[in-house]
Formats: sequence, structure tokens, C-alpha cells
Amino acid sequence: MTATHDVDMEKMVVVEGSYSVAHAVKVCRPNVISAYPITPQTHIVEDLSQFMADGEIPGCEYLNVESEFSAISALVGASAAGARTYSATTSQGLELMHEVLFNVSGMRLPVVMTVVNRAVSAPINIWNDHQDSISQRDTGWIQLYAEDTQEAADMTAQAFKIAEDKDVLMPAMVCMDGFILSHVYEPVVLLEQDLVDQYLPTFDPEFVLDPKNPMSFGAFADPSTYTEFRYLQEKAMGVALRKIEDAANEFNEIFGRYYGGLIEEYNTEDAEIIIMAMGSIIGTLKDVIDAHSSKGEKIGLVKVRSFRPFPKFEIKKALKDAKMVVVLDKNISIGLNEGALFTETKACLYNTHIDVPVAGYMIGHGGRDIPVSTIEKIIDEAKAAMKTGIDIESQFTDLREELL
Amino acid sequence: MKIIPGAICEPGTTRVNKTGGWRTYRPIYDYDKCIKCKLCELLCPESSVLPKDDGFFEFDYDFCKGCGICANECPKQAIEMVLEEK
Repeated sequence: MTATHDVDMEKMVVVEGSYSVAHAVKVCRPNVISAYPITPQTHIVEDLSQFMADGEIPGCEYLNVESEFSAISALVGASAAGARTYSATTSQGLELMHEVLFNVSGMRLPVVMTVVNRAVSAPINIWNDHQDSISQRDTGWIQLYAEDTQEAADMTAQAFKIAEDKDVLMPAMVCMDGFILSHVYEPVVLLEQDLVDQYLPTFDPEFVLDPKNPMSFGAFADPSTYTEFRYLQEKAMGVALRKIEDAANEFNEIFGRYYGGLIEEYNTEDAEIIIMAMGSIIGTLKDVIDAHSSKGEKIGLVKVRSFRPFPKFEIKKALKDAKMVVVLDKNISIGLNEGALFTETKACLYNTHIDVPVAGYMIGHGGRDIPVSTIEKIIDEAKAAMKTGIDIESQFTDLREELL
Repeated sequence: MKIIPGAICEPGTTRVNKTGGWRTYRPIYDYDKCIKCKLCELLCPESSVLPKDDGFFEFDYDFCKGCGICANECPKQAIEMVLEEK
């Protein structure tokens, strides 16, 4: 099922991407917000601070902390005490949270956090790529990637619903591309309070940190029990696969907007070449694919909305009849010379009867522009590879060799 | 035993897990030197110095980790740290 926007022009306003996300957080009625400002996430927390100062988020406490490490640590306690909790960060801030991210997920606390994707130092760079969140992929957080500002806002409400589900109870990152989405002004429908109240039930955990009924959270587990905790986290991620689809469908019923569940397939039926990617690059890809379709060329797109849990089944189903797959990654695993989506897509096709060549392109590092001409070049190479086989399995895109 | 996701349990697990097994040196009282000043009881970080009916004290060896603070602070050198032999 492809994305559908049942958009009411009367309701649309032109706001910054960060504002639409901050507004979405507000109408989700959080109890504790704890965040430390860092570019390009700053406008989200500024807008939330303004809402707090104006008394627009009742029953909520905004904590001023001295670092991202404290920001996420404070939410461990708050979430364990039964609060609906939110944070936002990016890049170095997210990397500073690394240790606590494991604690949040190990303690099964459904914290929701916007990650405004940015490159990581060194060299210092404030522009967009996906290295920051991809580096946190094994921490046990759900990771969803938004294509545009409306989806980033809508995904925030979906993330609370998925994370707080009694059969999931795993934290979730809503990833949106820094500047490209966070600082762009686009027409969006701001989430309506009454509809969000209808969509999102109150957070009602079975166990809460309460001095009247003392319990230890995140207790000690020796070798005789530790494995089982990891197993239960993995099992919860398996449940989340279904809940992510459910959350998208229910959102569609109430709000009339749908972006796909785990993945969105665009023109994949009968497609010979299928391109895979995540985030704002999807918009460019759809335009390029539309141009090729009008010439009768069979090129399709798989937009991956959920990177964790990784939708192996849906991806295999979408790729099974393709003749060539191209994966675009705004990240690299240094020493493997591959982006994460490429590696994992290849891995999920192994031990199956699907025999399709997969080529990887690492693209847009540190915010380098991705023009249509670059996508056209990749498509030309994919067409050649369909006939003669893959020449280079995985490579940097638009490398400026004159600088080397 | 069933585990609860998030590793949630009731407090007080050390009632079962006797941490005195971590000890290398064991404190021993010399009651002839002791003046019942209570410093050892006040300063023990593990609450492992217990008062007796006669005003002297005894160690709770189930939880004393042998840190030696009591012996170090005793004004009368009435506590000796002796190597544990297993």
C-alpha cells in the first residue's frame, strides 16, 4: 500500500519542521520533557520551552539539564515512575547518551526521542547524514525514519503508541533529517488535540517506581538469567513489527494520512530496478522515479520507515521479483565500506531463493547535496549492472577525487 | 523463578546474597581494650557492627566486607584485621 495524504487545505499552516514536531509532542500530553539543546535539534526544544512558559502543556515538567547524558538519565527515573517522557537530540548529543540508551531499553522504558539526524565529529560538521542514529542501532531502541515534516510530526504520535504498548515497552527514536526537515517551512496539518486523545491512550504501566510499594528496576542479572532478558527484548521487537503496522493503520483511520507501515512501496510492482533508502532523500527519489515511469521504465522504490525492528519479511517480499536492487545509505561502517541498510538488506536475502544483485551507494555524508543528476547516474549504473553484473558492490557517491 | 521484563524485583535481595563472602580481612574485637565508644558502630558503612546486651559490640560476618574502617578509627586499637583463611 502506498502513501496517501487525505489533506484538508483549510487546516494547513506553513510552519517550520521543528515546530510541527514540538506541537505533536505537546498534543501527546507528555509528563516530563528533558533535553539539552544542540544544532539542529535546538528549535524543537525552544518551541517546547515556549509552550511550557505559556502554560500550554499541563501536567508536564521541563527539566533543564547540563548535558545529554543527564537529559536521558533523568527520563529513566521519570519513565520508571510512570511518566510519559520525551527528549530530542542529535549527533554528539546522541553519542553522549549511548550508555544510557542501553539502560532505557533494558529497563523497558518507553521513552520517545526525536533524533534530528546530523553527521558526527571529527571533522566537526553540523549538516545531515544518518551516522548518529545508525551508530545506536544495537541499543534496543525502535528507529523510525521520516520522509517529510508532516510524517515526522505524525510519527511522533505513532511512536508513543508503539513504544508504550504493553506487549512492546521499548523506547523509540523518531529520526528526521537535520536542516532538510528540521529547518524547512512547509504546509502541514498540526495534529488536532481531540484526535490525538482519541488515538493515543494514557500511559499506564504495570510496574511503577513508588516509595509506597518499593521495587528495584534494572536489577542485577548474573549469567544464569541475563540471556533471558536479551531474549525478551528481541521478542518485544518482534511484536513491535506488527504494532508499527497497526499504529500506521489506526492513524490513517483517525487522521486520514498514511505513509506505509514498516516500509512503503512505490512503483515496485513489475519494477526491474528497485531503489531503497530512508529519510528525506525519498522525496527526490519519487520525483526521479515519476520521470522514468512516464517514459515507461520500470523503476520502483522501497522506503524503509522502520530500521529497528528490521522488516526482513516485507523487504524480501518487495524485492523478490526485482532484477537489480540499489541501496542508498547516508552512513558508513568504516572498515566494511558499506552502509547499514545495504549490509542488512543483503543479509536478509541470503539463505533464501531470492537471487537478485544488490549494489550499495554511500551518499550525502555531512550534508553533501544529492541532486537529481546523481540519482540519474546511479540508475544508469544499475541498468548496466542488470546486463553485465555488478562492477563495484559498494562505493562512495560523488567522491571529489581532486581533493585526495 | 520467572523474570520480569526490565529486571524489576522487590528490594532486599541481599537477604539471600550474603556479601560477607567478598571479605579478605576479618575484624576481631579485643574486649579488654574496648571502651564501648560506639565509633565502630557509627562508622561501619555496611551496618555490620551490632550492639550486644552487655554494651560491647559484635560483627555480622554475613555482611561485613572487611573494609577495616572500624579498625582504623578505633581510638584504643581494640580491633585487629586478620587474614581470612579458607
